[in-house]
Amino acid sequence: MKIAVCIKQVPTREWQPRLNDTKTWIRDQDASYEMNEPDAYALEEGLRLKEKHGGEVVVCSAGPARAAQVLREALARGADRAIHVEDEQIGAADAFVVTEALAAAMREEQFDLVLTGLQSDDQGFAQTGVILAERLGMPHATIIMEVQAADGRLRVKRELEGGWFQWIAMSLPAVLTIQSGINQLRYATLKGIMAAKKKEIRKVAAPAGLSARQRILKLDFPEKGKKTQMIAGGPEEAARELVRRLREEARAL
Amino acid sequence: MILVIAEQKNGTLNRASWETIAIAQQMAGGQPVKVAIPGGAVGPVAQELAAAKVAEVVRIEHEALEPYTPDGFTLALSAVIGQLAPQYVLLPHTYQTRDFVPKLAARMGRALVTDCTAFRPEGGALAFARPMFQGKLVAQVVPEGDAPHFVTFQIGAARADAVVKGDAPAAVTTVPVTVARAAIRQQPEAPFQEAKQAVDLSQAERIVAVGRGIKSQENLELARKVAAAFGAELAASRPICDAGWLPMERQIGSSGQTVAPKLYVALGISGAIQHLVGMKGSRTIVAINKDAEAPIFEVADYGIAGDLFEIAPALIAELGK
Repeated sequence: MKIAVCIKQVPTREWQPRLNDTKTWIRDQDASYEMNEPDAYALEEGLRLKEKHGGEVVVCSAGPARAAQVLREALARGADRAIHVEDEQIGAADAFVVTEALAAAMREEQFDLVLTGLQSDDQGFAQTGVILAERLGMPHATIIMEVQAADGRLRVKRELEGGWFQWIAMSLPAVLTIQSGINQLRYATLKGIMAAKKKEIRKVAAPAGLSARQRILKLDFPEKGKKTQMIAGGPEEAARELVRRLREEARAL
Repeated sequence: MILVIAEQKNGTLNRASWETIAIAQQMAGGQPVKVAIPGGAVGPVAQELAAAKVAEVVRIEHEALEPYTPDGFTLALSAVIGQLAPQYVLLPHTYQTRDFVPKLAARMGRALVTDCTAFRPEGGALAFARPMFQGKLVAQVVPEGDAPHFVTFQIGAARADAVVKGDAPAAVTTVPVTVARAAIRQQPEAPFQEAKQAVDLSQAERIVAVGRGIKSQENLELARKVAAAFGAELAASRPICDAGWLPMERQIGSSGQTVAPKLYVALGISGAIQHLVGMKGSRTIVAINKDAEAPIFEVADYGIAGDLFEIAPALIAELGK
């Protein structure tokens, strides 16, 4: 099975945001980056499917030069090769632009299965996998918690809301968006890291003239919706004060 | 015209649809609001929706739309939306919406702004507020290109009871659609629940929920002691259940349970949107987190920015007094 896994490089969870001068994007130079967590689960699922059914895993990312770091990491975890749609602007682009760029680079590869995370930890559109399916002319299913593949067909477990699930069958080729927690992630071994150095990262330019369908006017820090009473002091002092307020003000105890 | 796509399953309306209708009414400013309801047989649900003060309820009915598939919905809705030519198409940001709307918008080549919480006029157009970077920032976004613009609203972005009801039921019409079964590539099976929920957290008076900040499975013992001291049920955010540290049935959030206890104590939970939607209705919320900027503090009544491994033992001691 020829499997593509789309991964995105996003700021780390610990990163404290700072805005650029026009307040339309973050200060990229301050951020530290990592592989988008749901994409890491998609990669793991791709590697497991390859181990079971044979074939290859190709990781694909649209991002600036620094995104090569997450592709290298994916190669170290076991992916066979990588495609990097390199563009300095595309890291902040919308899902329309990103999927056009990815589809242009991926179409000729004729993948059997394309996996993405269900959404990204940066802009969080939850659109990329589904639009990519449309652009590649493949069927899709989203928020997947289990993948069974046999005889050119898939049977996948889709998560619904409130603890419900549903099995969905479809033919390959297909696109799946993967839910976090579908599997246990593996980490790169030293051997994997060494092997990754010899693996190919094919760089592709983004097609010219892609036009976004949305624009960020402004980024802000969220306003506090409620009046949160912050309780200061050392641990004992804060604990005492919290319990007092919960008893006397909130009557929650 | 603003078109709301309502959601139903087996003849039961998803109540998030009312929230989206309320937002459409607030956005309208004189333009008509219509509500479309797609499915196999949607007559009774259409009548229910007709209670809202809207110009029209549109039944999009076809046997191939039951059960739901993204291919079937994209085929039917792209035809109907093309015909009705609305300015905006609004939907609740449900799992089903996430499953087909990106495809629908891409097929029609139109903008899609997802997971919005509010709108506001911005230079003659509307800008939509949506969380980004795990809720650490809020973006004001404008859709671009030709109408219609697709916008999805986060569950809880408006109150369902804010819907303005009409004096008389709205007109219900049917737009005929043709959907070839052969064009639907997904074959869904019946929905099921993994296991009977052993714990019904929605009935708990007090809940102590734990997140990534707890760091390891061994440290859960500390969270258990905090829960015991509060006389509370122990729950968790998604990453804890993903790691298998607590069973999925104890997960709070969009993919788990929705709760509104008297007291909710969030230990080491940063407050991703998916978690907040499951607990922000709680009467009193306490957040303990090392990051003072964590989004959980936006919904908390009481907050302590500090090390939970120092505060939790102090809290247990204090509650034991």
